[in-house]
Amino acid sequence: MTLRLPRQPMIRNLLLALCGAGILYFVTSLLSPYNDYLVGEIALYLIALAGLSLLTGVTGQISLGHGAFMAVGAYTVALLMTHTQLNFIVELLAAIGAAAVLGLLIGVPATRLKGPYLAGMTLLVALALPPIADRWTTTFGGDQGLTTTVPNAPGTINPEEWLAWIQIIGALITLVLLANLLRSRFGRSFRAVRDDEISASLAGIHVARTKVMAFVISAACAGLAGAFLGLSTGVVNTGEFPLTLSIQLLAAMVLGGTGSLMGMWWGAILLVYLPQWSTSLSSHFNLGSGASAYLATIVFGAVLIVVMLIAPTGMQGGLRWGWRWGVSFISGRLRQNLSSANSTP
Amino acid sequence: MLEVQDLSVTYGAVNALSSVTFSAQPGLITAILGANGAGKTTLLRTISGLARTRAGSVRFNGEELIGRTVENIARRGVSHVPEGRGIIAELTVEENLRLATLWCLGRRDRQKAIDETFDLFPRLSGFRRRHASTLSGGERQMLVIGRALISRPRLLLLDEPSLGLAPLVTAQLMALLLDHTIGSDMTVVLVEQNARSALSVSHNAVVLSLGEVVMSDAAAVVAADSDLRHHYLGF
Amino acid sequence: MELFINITLNGITNGMIFATLALALVLIFRATRIINFAQGAMGMMTTFIASSLLNRGLGYWWAFLAVLAIGFVFGALVERVLIRPLQGKSELNPVIVTIGLLVVLEGLAGAIYGNASRGFPAAYSQSGLTIGHSKIAFSHFDLFILVAVLALMVATLALFRATTLGLRMRASAFAGEIARLLGVRVGLFLTLGWALAGVAGALAGLLVAPTSSFGPYYMDLILVYGFTAAVIGGLESPVGALIGGLITGLCISYVGGYFGSGLQPLGALALLIVTLMARPEGIFARPPARKV
Repeated sequence: MTLRLPRQPMIRNLLLALCGAGILYFVTSLLSPYNDYLVGEIALYLIALAGLSLLTGVTGQISLGHGAFMAVGAYTVALLMTHTQLNFIVELLAAIGAAAVLGLLIGVPATRLKGPYLAGMTLLVALALPPIADRWTTTFGGDQGLTTTVPNAPGTINPEEWLAWIQIIGALITLVLLANLLRSRFGRSFRAVRDDEISASLAGIHVARTKVMAFVISAACAGLAGAFLGLSTGVVNTGEFPLTLSIQLLAAMVLGGTGSLMGMWWGAILLVYLPQWSTSLSSHFNLGSGASAYLATIVFGAVLIVVMLIAPTGMQGGLRWGWRWGVSFISGRLRQNLSSANSTP
Repeated sequence: MLEVQDLSVTYGAVNALSSVTFSAQPGLITAILGANGAGKTTLLRTISGLARTRAGSVRFNGEELIGRTVENIARRGVSHVPEGRGIIAELTVEENLRLATLWCLGRRDRQKAIDETFDLFPRLSGFRRRHASTLSGGERQMLVIGRALISRPRLLLLDEPSLGLAPLVTAQLMALLLDHTIGSDMTVVLVEQNARSALSVSHNAVVLSLGEVVMSDAAAVVAADSDLRHHYLGF
Repeated sequence: MELFINITLNGITNGMIFATLALALVLIFRATRIINFAQGAMGMMTTFIASSLLNRGLGYWWAFLAVLAIGFVFGALVERVLIRPLQGKSELNPVIVTIGLLVVLEGLAGAIYGNASRGFPAAYSQSGLTIGHSKIAFSHFDLFILVAVLALMVATLALFRATTLGLRMRASAFAGEIARLLGVRVGLFLTLGWALAGVAGALAGLLVAPTSSFGPYYMDLILVYGFTAAVIGGLESPVGALIGGLITGLCISYVGGYFGSGLQPLGALALLIVTLMARPEGIFARPPARKV
């Protein structure tokens, strides 16, 4: 008897999400607060990466500026928390909305641009946005930045676990929504546009609108992730959102597998654990103080280069290939054994 | 002399050429005929190195061409005028010609060769310093033929030179080609869909269908075979 | 009024530097249809090497020339090792690889040379010249920048227009397959294109270093400004790079002068967006072919 998942995608995804939630609940209650914090970080980067994967892998538009969208989400949440008493969920929605608006502003001119041009423009966005916050330091808090406050945890749950939970729930909701989106006709439009714009438009798909939509959704995800990041670090300033953040997101997405959703787990783990490993590595070898950050940067860059040269489909693609190879290998062997068993008298 | 032996080329699952065998002699024009998709262009591209294969052999004057790079083959005296002419639109007419002389002629001889080409095609001399993109179809054809001949090739491959040209221009071109071939040591392989005009100037003909050779004989014999003509050549 | 003149002069000198980087991008784009996002970082690396050489006592001009030569080799190496294997595959892969290279170089520079900010000497005095009674924002060093960049541009144009080497490079860039059929060793000339771009990038790095906070990231903005300049100029011609550079330089300078330096990248972004919306192929390129 085989376990069959329900056919309806929405229900299936929800069930998977609930299973995931259950497992994660179990895991987080066992972990130390610091590890809870890390799990939460993985969750938030997963959100950003899922959105980026949708934009680049599925719709074929590259973005080197997703750090800017995260910054917008983070600053929105921080500003609202500093100046208003709005409900937490409303603040998150505002962060998502603000990032979405920026996504719209960037997405519209982006429809005209192909690969490298779009990359260049988004690169410029990543570099152009943070200095704005530096310009108006009174509003944006300058070097010290703005502070964020996590809403109080109910009962006796410790705050790190609570925050991790908020982030995990956000990630699961995002994944379910995106998975359903990708299966819907919008998902088909995205893929059609990536594969051949002219054919897509001849088939009746409104190419520009589809591309902008992908940008807006992707930006919204990054905005939510940015808001969560702001909550994690407690402080939001421009130093949190350098160009390297955008490039690290790209590297993580490429490693996980451009275009896949589940592959983004690998990317998120890379994003969270690489800085850790490089810190311990550099202290192990007694390198200078700034060395660990630079070391991490080198690895991210190397990831981009190596993956592109050797395995462009990333980990998810590699796993799929490995799975298929394994299956064909095993079934080949089985066939051999069966035929040799049959041929012996 | 060009000797093609058992040449097979596949694009993915498609057999563009299957075990093609024929030879072409110097001083003669050998026509390659057949309908669209018969593999004629693939054949030329394989000889000049643009298409890769591991099955079969292409020997020119005893040397194996398969496996060599495109520029290497060109420097052995193989001039390929590809489908669509292949003018370099961003360069001037003179630069197009000069480019072809760089590997084989010294500075002094280059200018001489270029001037000779303008003598051969007087129409082009007015366009000397103009961008090649400003030329008409017939003029472009003159340019690429001039460019192909300027390096005194020993093997000349022409892919549908008459495409898009008026019949009169085609006839003039074919006459010029014949003129240059007879009595020289140049081997000419002419791919044409316009089988009638090709058969009128060629000495031998190879008919391809779906990647296979269906006939390889003197042009007169091929032209006389009316069944074959109807079936494969459309006239 | 004086402010305006100074800002304009500033814009011109900056513009020349952007034009240098734009030239590098144009050379590479023409040869291999790739935007080398690592070009700025490559220039940064060569300048760090120059700094090391200077610290070891090498004379300025020797270090200058050595580093231009290193830039040449560096460019060729990157093309051979990273870019050549990717020819023919998806359009996005080389973009991502050059981004990866950018990041690796910045990390390497930071790891090797450390965090401490360092200065880089200028070839000539950087104090403004005096005209009449007032000092203008144009120094001997700025004059050097103008001369160096113009020399590079003229040399490049001469190379392309007047030599057979340049003819082969142009043919390799415009019509690689045809050029190969004509016996041109196209691969070699594509590598040469990258090598020359490496020289231009190295020059840009040397010219910017004295006036900026010389650290691993100092070429980031120059790269995007150079990119903007290249796009405005059409990515096809050195002349376009020069004009695009001047336009970008002036625009940035006016934004900086009247609105504050923090908004300069935003100004460049606006300029880029306007250009790409109005004339996506740039001011100097030929119009694109019909799509269907």
